[in-house]
Amino acid sequence: MKLLIAGPLLALLAAQVQAAGIAMEDQSQIPAPSASAQAQYFKPPAESELPDNAYGKLVREGHALFVDTKRRAPQYVGNGLNCSNCHLDQGRLANSAPLWGAYPMYPAYRKKNDKVNTFAERLQGCFQFSMNGGQPPAADSPEITALSVYAYWLASKAPLGVELPGRGYPDVAQPAKGYDLKQGAAVYQAQCAVCHGEQGQGQKVGADYVMPPLWGKDSYNWGAGMHRINTAASFIKHNMPLGKGGSLSDQQAWDVAAFVNSHERPQDPRLVEGSIEKTRVKFHANDGVNLYGQTVEGVLIGQGIR
Amino acid sequence: MIPLDRMLLSGLMLLFVQSASAVDGQKVFTQGGAQPGATACLACHGADAMGLAPAGFPRLAGLPAGYLAKQLHDFRSGARSNPVMQPLAKALSEEEITAVTATLAAMPGPQTPQTLRSQSASGVGERLALRGAWERQVPECVSCHGPGGVGVGVAFPPLAGQPAAYLVAQLNAWRDGTRHNDPNDLMGHVAKSLSADEVTAVADYFAQLQPQEARP
Repeated sequence: MKLLIAGPLLALLAAQVQAAGIAMEDQSQIPAPSASAQAQYFKPPAESELPDNAYGKLVREGHALFVDTKRRAPQYVGNGLNCSNCHLDQGRLANSAPLWGAYPMYPAYRKKNDKVNTFAERLQGCFQFSMNGGQPPAADSPEITALSVYAYWLASKAPLGVELPGRGYPDVAQPAKGYDLKQGAAVYQAQCAVCHGEQGQGQKVGADYVMPPLWGKDSYNWGAGMHRINTAASFIKHNMPLGKGGSLSDQQAWDVAAFVNSHERPQDPRLVEGSIEKTRVKFHANDGVNLYGQTVEGVLIGQGIR
Repeated sequence: MIPLDRMLLSGLMLLFVQSASAVDGQKVFTQGGAQPGATACLACHGADAMGLAPAGFPRLAGLPAGYLAKQLHDFRSGARSNPVMQPLAKALSEEEITAVTATLAAMPGPQTPQTLRSQSASGVGERLALRGAWERQVPECVSCHGPGGVGVGVAFPPLAGQPAAYLVAQLNAWRDGTRHNDPNDLMGHVAKSLSADEVTAVADYFAQLQPQEARP
């Protein structure tokens, strides 16, 4: 009898041990308010206001990790990206998933899986998916601590649990005509390739990327929020080309987001039993608009790249 | 002090240039092109092609051949205007442009101290360089021109070691629209958001980035 109970218990335990590698199931976003031209955005404190004490020092460490992630935390970054690649202006810019918009929204309850995720778990998710970093830093690690303190500081005096204007990447609705990969390729060549390269490979100085790679082995993996075409379209619409946010049409943003996210990138670390199809069904079928596990022009997307 | 690998690379590239082209890029640099009006580069840009700071003549040494060739072509077509360089570029043959830009690209530029985005930024110029002014959609200079402004690829030229007067003149030309040969107006729209004081400060910052000023 004891053995009978122990069997399933052990199996459960084993499953939990395996799942422990994935801190947060996905990078689905808390809904972001839609962008508004008149929006008065929250103003994070200025660098010059930082106190010269242990707190200020920790904020600076978090800032340094945020803008220089690959160099400062190489053991947790499996690609060529830095946090600041997708969170512009060092995590301060409205409509660029600013940290002051994210921090006050955690812990976050999610109905989808009836779970509460902490901010630390959200950061761990960034490391695992966006940074393709494998086992993420522990919740009480110096890295997560410094990044959390940096986010807390940027959110100084922000209301808790309030969806502030400019948080996340405000949704850009899919155009009525959907998206077109060929037109996306043309937008890419005209607007993006000068920085990100003809093959999305980014550009380096020495060993360090200056312009981030958008696909291939050094970019975000198939589990990252940015792999969703809707998320990438929103990011691009508000923020790209760098310094010229808002200059592309919604259609252009969707087309080029789809083009970028039709290219191979590192495999989804949640890969189910080695099966792209099972992974698609479990994690991608209800995760916004994405091409993972689909066949485009005879090629299966989501095979991963090492 | 020029690093050994840079010297070897320069030598190799010069060798390659000389064997691949009938035109001697070094000769164009020191003596000028075959046609009258194709003045030698070194007359204004210096024997080391590091520019002439008091006159605001830019550094050419170590700039990517693709960038230099584009500028010469733009001077030719009038896409970039300059009373000295436009007739000069028209007097250069296509082969001479290919050869001399390769020669210039192979010449050593200044050694730039390592600068990181995470380091503290004080003063108007350094803040623009490392932090930008995003409330006006002005990205960090280094996000396109690379750490310390060393330049990235063929489209984003080095700023480090350029004479301040040259950088000021170019930024002002973008501000008033007289220079507009950048890809997709990437530089023009940034420059138009800068004040005259900011232009001076950021030009000084990159002009003065020298190894001896490297911070611990």
